[in-house]
Amino acid sequence: MLRYFLKRLLSLGLSLVVASVVIFLALEVVPGDPAAYMLGINAQPDTLAALRDELGLNGSVWARYLGWVGGMLTGDFGTSYTYRTPVAEMIGERLWISLPLALYALTLSTLIAFPAGIWAASKRGSVVDVAVMGVTQLGVAIPNFWFAMLMVLVFAINLRWFSAGGFVGWDAGFWLAMKSLTLPAVALALPQASILARVMRSSLLDTLSEDFIRTARAKGLTKRQALWRHALRNALIPVLTIIGLQFSFLLAGAIIIENVFFLPGLGRLVFQSISARDLIVVESVVMLLVLAVIVVNFAVDMAYAAVDPRLRGRR
Amino acid sequence: MSLLVIEGLDLSIHGTPILKGVSLSVSAGQIVGVIGESGSGKSMTAFAAMQLLPYGAECSGRIDLGGREVLTLSEATLCQMRGRDVGMVFQEPMTALNPIKTIGDQVAETILIHERVSRAEAMKRAAEALRRAELPQEKFPLSRYPHELSGGQRQRVVIAMAIALRPKLLIADEPTTALDVTTQAQILTLLKKLVQEEGMGLLLISHDLAVVADMADEIVIMRQGEVVENGPAQWLLRNMQHPYSKALLAASTHQPDRAAEELDDVLLDVCDVVREYTIHRKGIWGGTDTFRAVKGVSFQLRKGESLGLVGESGCGKSTLTRAILGLEDVQGGEIHAFGQPVGRDFPSALRSGIQVVFQDPYSSFNPRWKVTRLVAEPFHLMAQRPDDWRDRVAQVLEDVGIGADAMDRYIHEFSGGQRQRIAIARALILRPEIVILDEAVSALDVSIRAQILDLLAALQQDYGLSYLFISHDLSVVRSITDRVLVMKSGEIVEQGQTDQVFDDPQHEYTKQLIAAAPVLPADVA
Repeated sequence: MLRYFLKRLLSLGLSLVVASVVIFLALEVVPGDPAAYMLGINAQPDTLAALRDELGLNGSVWARYLGWVGGMLTGDFGTSYTYRTPVAEMIGERLWISLPLALYALTLSTLIAFPAGIWAASKRGSVVDVAVMGVTQLGVAIPNFWFAMLMVLVFAINLRWFSAGGFVGWDAGFWLAMKSLTLPAVALALPQASILARVMRSSLLDTLSEDFIRTARAKGLTKRQALWRHALRNALIPVLTIIGLQFSFLLAGAIIIENVFFLPGLGRLVFQSISARDLIVVESVVMLLVLAVIVVNFAVDMAYAAVDPRLRGRR
Repeated sequence: MSLLVIEGLDLSIHGTPILKGVSLSVSAGQIVGVIGESGSGKSMTAFAAMQLLPYGAECSGRIDLGGREVLTLSEATLCQMRGRDVGMVFQEPMTALNPIKTIGDQVAETILIHERVSRAEAMKRAAEALRRAELPQEKFPLSRYPHELSGGQRQRVVIAMAIALRPKLLIADEPTTALDVTTQAQILTLLKKLVQEEGMGLLLISHDLAVVADMADEIVIMRQGEVVENGPAQWLLRNMQHPYSKALLAASTHQPDRAAEELDDVLLDVCDVVREYTIHRKGIWGGTDTFRAVKGVSFQLRKGESLGLVGESGCGKSTLTRAILGLEDVQGGEIHAFGQPVGRDFPSALRSGIQVVFQDPYSSFNPRWKVTRLVAEPFHLMAQRPDDWRDRVAQVLEDVGIGADAMDRYIHEFSGGQRQRIAIARALILRPEIVILDEAVSALDVSIRAQILDLLAALQQDYGLSYLFISHDLSVVRSITDRVLVMKSGEIVEQGQTDQVFDDPQHEYTKQLIAAAPVLPADVA
C-alpha cells in the first residue's frame, strides 16, 4: 500500500513538472506581445522596452521559466498585465467562489446519482428503472445553461426565493453565501448527476450478474443484501473515475454558468485574461487547474486502492 | 431418508421448456451424480433445487427439500434455507468469490446471515470451516483475499462457505471442471471425505463420466431436459439400456481408428528453447525481474507423426506454442521448421506449412465474416490467391464434414462442434504439413469430441499431416498421439512412446498426473 502511495505521489510530481513546461512553452509561442498590447498601437519604442523589462519578458526562456515556477512555489504568481494587481490575490478571490461551487455541485450530483442509480439497478426493467433512465436521458441531453435560465425564471423571478445572480460574498455569512450559490450549483449538478446515475446503474447491473453474487445468494443473502454487501463496492471503480473527471470539469468548465449568474469565478477570469492577452494570469490559472486535476486524480487513485485490495499489492 | 426429492419437475424460461419431468432423489451420506452434455439441463436442475433461477423461469412439479415443499415457500423462507439446509459449490472458482472481501469475511458471512452470533465467534467458526475444507488458518490466514489464492484453494474457500453451517445437502455444479487434474483429484477426495465423515448428501453435476463413475453411488443421465436413465452407479455403468447412455459411454472412451505412418523426415526441430518474460520493474529506474516460462525445451516432430504435449495450467505449453508459431521471440535456443529458423525472417511460403487450431470455437472467428472469407483468410500468406480458391474452400469444407453449402453463412449459425470443424478447415486450406492443436477439443462435449478426434485421425491419414497435440486431458492425448511429452514448470520431464509413458511412467510427476486423472473402471471402458 505504501509503495502504491509513493508511486502515485511520484507520478503526481512528474505530471506537474511536465504540465508546467508545456503550459509555459505553449504561451511562449502564442503570437502577440503583452507589452505592446498594454500600451496600444502608438507606444514609443523606449517605453515599450522599459515595460518589457519591468514585466520580465526579456530574460532567457530558461530563466523566465525558473522565475515563474520559483515564484509560484513561494506564492508569488506575478502581477497582472492589465489590472496591475498581484495575480495570486485575483486567483484567490475567484477560487473562493469556484471551489465551493464545484464542491457544492459535486455533492448534489452524488447525492442525486447514487440513490437514483442504485434504485434503478435494483429494480431493473420496472417503472422506476424506466423513469430514471428517461429522466437522466433528458438530463444528459439538455445543456446546463438552459436549466439555469429556467431556474432563474421559476425560483428567482416568479417565486422570488433566490436572487437571479451575483454572489453576496462569504462576509455575509455562510448560509447566505451558500444560498446565492444554490441555483448555479443545481444547474451544474443536474447534467452531471444524470451521467453519474447512468454509470452507477450500468456498473451495478454488470456487477450483479457476476458469479460471486450468485455465490452470495446461495449462502442465503436476499437480493437486497447481495446488492449492498457485495455488488456496491465492486461497482464503485467506474463511478469514482467519473466523479474525478466531473470535479475537474466543474472547477474550470463552469464559465457559462458563471456568466448566466454573474459569478466572478475562475472560468470568467480565464476568459477575460485570454481576451486581454493577460498571459501571466492565464498561465497561473491554467497551472492551478492542472494542479487541481492532478490532485483529484491522485485522490481517485487512492480511493481505488481503498475499494479494491488487488490494487494495493500492485507495484 | 431422502434429503432431496425432485418429482416430475418441469421448468421453462420465458416459455421455452428447459426441463421436462425430471425426477431424482438424494439421501443422507449418498453421492448422486448427474451427467449430461451442454444443454441437458443438469445445472438448471441444481439451480431449481436452490430456487436460484434466472429471470422468467417457471417451475412446476415437486421439489421436496428436507420435508419442505420448495415450490410453495416464500422467498424469505428460501433465503433462510439456502446456506443453512443446503450449500452450493460452483464451477468457476476464479469468479465465484467477491474479489474485495477477505476469505474469512466471506466464510463468516454464511454464519452471520443465519445465526445471531458475534463477529468474533463467526470468524472462529469460519476458521473451523476452512480447516474442514483443508485450508488451515496457520497457512492461509483469514485475512487473505481471493486473488492471493490459486484456483484449487479458492474452490476450497467456496466449499468452506457451503459447509460452514453443516447443511445436510451439498450441491456441486461442475466443481472441478475449471481445475487441473491433480487439483481436481484433491477436491474430489475432499468432497468424498465430507460426505463420509459428516453424512452429507451430495448432488454432483458433471459432464465427465469418469469423474461421476469414480465418485457417485447413484447416476442420473440427462439429455435435453429429461432424465434418460438412472440407477446405482456401478450397476448402471455395466447395464446401460438407453441408446443415448450407451453412446455417451462409447464417446467417453472413444479411440479413433488410426495407424501411425511415420517417416524419418524431421519437420519441426525445437532445440534448447528458452522463453523469458519480464515481470515487473523494481521502481522506475530499477532493474527488471525475469520469469522463465520455458526452460531449455528440445524435441522433434517428424512427418506423419502425432506428438502430444501434456501439462497443467502454467507449465509453459501455450508459451511454447506461440514461440513455435513465431508469434514471440525466444531468448535462447532455436526453432527450425522445414529446415529454416522460425522468427521474423521466416518465409511466408513456409509459414503456410504450419497452421493452428485453438481451444475456443466461439471467440476465434470474426463474427461479421461469412464462412468463405473466414476459411479463405490464410490465402493472404500466398503471393497470389489461386484462381480456384472458391473450389478449394468448398473442398476443404466437405473434407471436414461441414459441406459446401455453409460457405455463405455466418459463424453464429453453427454449433460449437461445427465451428471447431470450420476452424480445422481454415487450418487445412493451405494444405499445411504441421497442424498445432492447442486444446482443440477441450471445450467440446464428449460426443462431439469423439467425432472431431475421428475427423483428425482421418485427415492425418489422407493428407499425411503431422500433429502437435497440446492438451491437459490425458485420455484424449492417449487416444490420438504416437509420442508424448510431459511438461512441468517449463521443462519436459518425460517423453516417449505414448503407450509406454502411460503404462509405465518413470518421472514422479507423470505418475502423479496419471494417478490423478479420473478413469472409468477397466471392465466398463
